[in-house]
Amino acid sequence: MDPVLDLIRDKTLTYRQKLSALARAGEDRAAPLSIPPAVQALREAGVVCDLHEGPAPYRPRYVLPDYAAYLERGSAFLRVEPPRDLLEAVFALLALYRHVPSITGYPVWLGDLDGLLEPFVLRDPAALGLGGELAPAAEQALRLFLEQIDRDNPDSFCHADLGPASTAVGRAVLRHQAKAGRAVPNLSLRYDPGLTPDSFAEAAAACALDAAKPSFANHRLFQAEFEALGLAPYAIASCYNGLPVGGGSCTLVRLNLAALAARALGPAAGPVDEAALAAFLSGPLAEAVQATLSYIDERVRFLVEESGFFESSFLAAEGLVSLGRFTAMFGLVGLAECANALAGEGARGSAGRFGRGGPADALGLRVLAEIDRLVAAHRIPGLSAAGGRCLLHAQVGIDTDRGVSPGVRVPIGEEPPLHEHLLCSAPFQAPFVAGSGDVFAFEPTARANPGQIVDAVKGFFASGGRYFSCYAADSDLVRVTGYLVKRSEVERLRQGEAVANGATALGMGAMDNLGVLDRARR
Amino acid sequence: MSGAGRGPGGFPHGDPGEGPPGGSHVVGPRGGPTGGLGGDLGEARPLGLLARILPFSAVDGPGNRAVFFLQGCDFDCAYCHNPETRAPCSGCGACLPACPAGALSPAGGGSGAGALAFSRGAPGEAAAGRGDPRGGAQGAPPAWDRGRCRDCGACAAACPHGSSPRARLLSAEDALADIERFRPFLRGITVSGGECTLQPAFLASLLEAARARGLPGLVDTNGGRPLAAFPRVLRAAEGFMLDVKAWNPAEHLALAGADNGPVLENLRLLSGSGALFEVRTVLALRAGASAAGEGRGVGAASEDDPAAWAFDLEETVRETAAVLRAARSRARYRLIRYRPFGVRPDRAAALREPGEALAARLAALAREAGAAEVLVS
Repeated sequence: MDPVLDLIRDKTLTYRQKLSALARAGEDRAAPLSIPPAVQALREAGVVCDLHEGPAPYRPRYVLPDYAAYLERGSAFLRVEPPRDLLEAVFALLALYRHVPSITGYPVWLGDLDGLLEPFVLRDPAALGLGGELAPAAEQALRLFLEQIDRDNPDSFCHADLGPASTAVGRAVLRHQAKAGRAVPNLSLRYDPGLTPDSFAEAAAACALDAAKPSFANHRLFQAEFEALGLAPYAIASCYNGLPVGGGSCTLVRLNLAALAARALGPAAGPVDEAALAAFLSGPLAEAVQATLSYIDERVRFLVEESGFFESSFLAAEGLVSLGRFTAMFGLVGLAECANALAGEGARGSAGRFGRGGPADALGLRVLAEIDRLVAAHRIPGLSAAGGRCLLHAQVGIDTDRGVSPGVRVPIGEEPPLHEHLLCSAPFQAPFVAGSGDVFAFEPTARANPGQIVDAVKGFFASGGRYFSCYAADSDLVRVTGYLVKRSEVERLRQGEAVANGATALGMGAMDNLGVLDRARR
Repeated sequence: MSGAGRGPGGFPHGDPGEGPPGGSHVVGPRGGPTGGLGGDLGEARPLGLLARILPFSAVDGPGNRAVFFLQGCDFDCAYCHNPETRAPCSGCGACLPACPAGALSPAGGGSGAGALAFSRGAPGEAAAGRGDPRGGAQGAPPAWDRGRCRDCGACAAACPHGSSPRARLLSAEDALADIERFRPFLRGITVSGGECTLQPAFLASLLEAARARGLPGLVDTNGGRPLAAFPRVLRAAEGFMLDVKAWNPAEHLALAGADNGPVLENLRLLSGSGALFEVRTVLALRAGASAAGEGRGVGAASEDDPAAWAFDLEETVRETAAVLRAARSRARYRLIRYRPFGVRPDRAAALREPGEALAARLAALAREAGAAEVLVS
């Protein structure tokens, strides 16, 4: 069988999905990267993985255009004049979204919608109605804009941001999203207890119970980190990736700690002693980290030096992105399994397992600290953002992962009560400047008290937590790992129907392999 | 206020009522019983008998709250869903063989330790009614090993007195220490029961100490004692949640075993002062009436028949809402459909759950009668 013909004949793929898959099949015929045998061996063992990025990087994985500059200046390349009102602004944005590259072909970041659009509302006396909310015509323009985003970009990794302040646009986005039942855009509220009013945060929490979005991002934490790196302003893109606006990330390569531990430690044979732990950290772990870093370096080298992206893209020519604001992401996955293996914790239900504040957690923090140290010491040749540092990212997994928990999360089925869970997981989210997050399913009765979610978020962020997602257990929209799918669409795909959103297939795999629908109800 | 309690439940509480710390009902800074016997009192603190501390609740007021359930209640409600919090432990030992985890042992000889030691170590003083809100006339409770406890509830189920051997005697500081880890996640505390106003000195002390930690406190009360008598509690509380179980005094007596005069007095006091956060009525039907109306298509109709009601639902809802309107209270009125979970089987046999339609009709009545916000749960 010819895999290209298989794609062409596949009845569960839409035209756009086939086009994208066929482009990838073409890219797969190229092999321009220089990969040392030791790195290749770890790739083949599933320890190091580029998450379907393709063998010949011809665009950065995550591109976050400076939409504010675009709205101010327009684009000569696209022949877009600077918009003068809300309607022109949303059309201008829709025009640019189609030209933002990514791995999926759809933009991973749509902008901070309220920050971008609120100025057009404030400067137009007719755009605001009574009570400071959008007037009907403005609300309609925003509604059509959001629906067009979903139709044009059937991809759950298209992410928009709100906040931290409450705005008429932000409130209208929440009103719309709570009822729209659409997976796209994925949404984050950049939450700062000093800047975000409780009423806005509660509206976001209520919306999240119905629509599984927005998630809450710890704005103070992200802001301080990106300022310290000289990369402010930041945005949340794709799943929950904290990245610089006007740049992004060239690549994301992940280290699978579950696979590494299985390979290095074999079947669980009791807890490691200090010497064995030191041997693991300085031996297999350090080697795998270095292999991941060298693979990242090579992917960045090809993209920057050979692909011609930064020389040919109008985004770069018009200053909407600049190479100086592109970093690279070091992902990791399966810390829970690695920590349990080191702690000699084989069976579920033991108090010593990861997520209970016990020995496995302590070992997990040691592993994490060592990775953080090694990655922070590395400099990527050819990148100046953050001095060439790679940013850590808690990767959520891919649809084919089995027995590998996303990032640093507690495995589904072993979650402690909410308050313990949040306290235990906060320190694990801390090192991940480029994003880490956890997802919580709430009882449908939580709708009677969305303030409880805001309180949980406040406590989590005050404890050092970074990112919090939730939904009500009876919602059709479900956050799989970092992205959203509609349960009803998964069922249609299971019946062999084509569905527009490519993430639905990923979600189906993750539901089967990770037990996403079995999350503890809070 | 000291001595045996009031009401048909006969809850003998030793809390002498409000007043400055000291007197006959305090412990020293190390938590040892002083019982007013002199010695180095330092900053003396009243003790409370607590059935349970829940560090994280989303259903006891707005946001996330820690909930302190105080042991002992002077009402005996037919639909009580935590009947093990009504009475103090008599020390009879009936729960000892019921525990499947070996977490209970006879008083004085067991493995109970830590916070329990001071309350269990001096049964003589407890029996004398000093230093222990359980009051006199009873033996010491069994020792309870928290580490072994599986929280299965077998002890409470085996208790013939509506109690539990797991109640703990704590100062406000010790009680708050239990939730300290979770403080960043909390909007406040809620003090519930049992009936928390039966231990007014401890209640005031807990509310004051919590507020000093940035945790305002809601008081969840049956309203059986006039709150005007507890100015410290009124000052220290962020707000009150009050049950109006029935409007008609005779029906209230039959349903809850207590007079509702003080309840309605409290309703007027709190709604007038703006301190009322929520008022609740549990909507329940009589089981007997259901049997009569169980024919096809008759069930729905029978629910609207006042003869099917455990008390006059319409009168209670309408009159309660009218008090809120008269006081221009913004308190929300929550109508709770009776559910049998946790209710003593003999009592549950006499009650029936009302349908959604009846609850919705009563909610509309409450709104019409002037309640600012009505919730059905």
